[in-house]
Amino acid sequence: MKHKLLKNLFILLVFFFLYLPIIVLIIYSFNSSSMNILFENFTFKWYIELFKNNDLIMSFVNTLIVALTSTIISTIIGTISAYGLYKFDFPLKKLINSLIYIPIVIPEIVLGISLLSIYTLMKLELGMFTIILSHIAFSIPFVIVSVRSALSSETVYYEEAAKDLGASNFKIFKDIILPVIMPGVVSGAILAFTLSLDDVVISYFTAGPGSNTLPLYIYSMIKTGITPDVNALTTIMLTITFITLTSIAVIQSRKIRKRI
Amino acid sequence: MKKNSGFKSFFILPIIIYTFVLILLPIIYILFLSFCTSDSYGGILYNFTLDNYLNIFDMTYIKMLLKSSLIALVTTFICILISYPFALILRNKSEHIKNLTTKLIMVPFLTNSLIRTYGWIILLRKNGIINKFLTSLGIIAFPLNLMYNKLGIIIGMTYTLLPFMLLPVCSAVFEIDKSLIEAAKDLGAKPLQIFKNIILPQTISGVFNGSLMVFIPAIGYFFIADILGGGKTMIIGNLIKNQFLTARNWPFGSAIAIFLIIITFALVKVYKKLGGKMEELGGL
Repeated sequence: MKHKLLKNLFILLVFFFLYLPIIVLIIYSFNSSSMNILFENFTFKWYIELFKNNDLIMSFVNTLIVALTSTIISTIIGTISAYGLYKFDFPLKKLINSLIYIPIVIPEIVLGISLLSIYTLMKLELGMFTIILSHIAFSIPFVIVSVRSALSSETVYYEEAAKDLGASNFKIFKDIILPVIMPGVVSGAILAFTLSLDDVVISYFTAGPGSNTLPLYIYSMIKTGITPDVNALTTIMLTITFITLTSIAVIQSRKIRKRI
Repeated sequence: MKKNSGFKSFFILPIIIYTFVLILLPIIYILFLSFCTSDSYGGILYNFTLDNYLNIFDMTYIKMLLKSSLIALVTTFICILISYPFALILRNKSEHIKNLTTKLIMVPFLTNSLIRTYGWIILLRKNGIINKFLTSLGIIAFPLNLMYNKLGIIIGMTYTLLPFMLLPVCSAVFEIDKSLIEAAKDLGAKPLQIFKNIILPQTISGVFNGSLMVFIPAIGYFFIADILGGGKTMIIGNLIKNQFLTARNWPFGSAIAIFLIIITFALVKVYKKLGGKMEELGGL
């Protein structure tokens, strides 16, 4: 019995470790002191102050634009490609199938500097466009892997049955394949969105003037000290994304239950 | 037939363009750069040289490479030490709890890793929460140096990368056939024997998967070394970053990047030899 308690305690400790800095950030967003060192009094003022900090709001908006745009585009390309790589044979397919793992395994910094290098080579001006393009570049492989895991041998049977009944290719994809792989598409999209929000390294190399995202704004402030309005923004963001993702998960599990 | 080929290109053209423009071209270009030289203004001179690669073997860089690898290795090792018991304990829980835990491991990623690293400053600094807590309990008399040193970097790296070890180790451990362990127990095998002869061989590719996803970022995450190491300890990521943004010696920076790619490919090869699948990389 004591043994079991210790085991559960270990699991709790690991989660405590994983959530500790986030809990601290949330607590300090209610701290009246502007220094993030001592907790003085409880206050909501940083949640109001935050909207007066234009740089912070701008960087937050940029972060959201980057995350949403790159998620949508990489989910579309990733889904189409996962199906294409699964269904069709074409020259270079084998090469492409191994190359798509490169962004997953190589250090982010290598991807960051190599993208920066070709943007410079192509004389692309660094800014929102290059950040979004880079986020698309590292998200696509994750979406492909996620969608691919939902494409099983089962789909082949459905496909053949539909073909026998005279359905067109696009109709088969839209009405048969897409609904089957939807859970993979959704989790791929969530993964892409999460990776984009979490990214520091790639944005660091591919951002330009006027395209400050939240991590870059914070990085520039970290030596001089970060004000609690950043904590307040983090708390708001975390709450919103957490609620959104939980509702997506609930809706999805309900749909699956209905189908069963 | 024509219609069919239009359908096919719709599904394969994007991936061909993507792979060549955003994966292959950037890497070929830095490979090309790594054989060039740079002038004192950061401009690139297109004359073939191997100097950038020979420079890596300079004593100062070798020392840095070793130090950075050591930090990454310690981080990987700590992550393994945490993940194994974690997965083994969870193995006996219900499916529902298992699913919930894997989701809860991912939630911290919804806040940017830089922001979470900043959270560690509040915790670790001299007048931070941990030191205040320990001194008020009388456990320590003077605040400990928990950051602005290698310890700080290792704490930050372990924290940021632990999920990448937890997820693959959990999925590998959960897949072990229960009856195998029970049979071994019935035959009188000791826990250590069970671990060595059943659990370890069956989970080794999962552990190597995690190790890959921890070790490789841990040599590159310059921002953790900057923030929690106080800029005193440079890891390979800092070196590349400096070559590109401060020293503006892109060819040398590219050579180090190519060097990292080679190390990564070698590690991936080992992973595949151990029976690991590519699509399982990255804790998917």
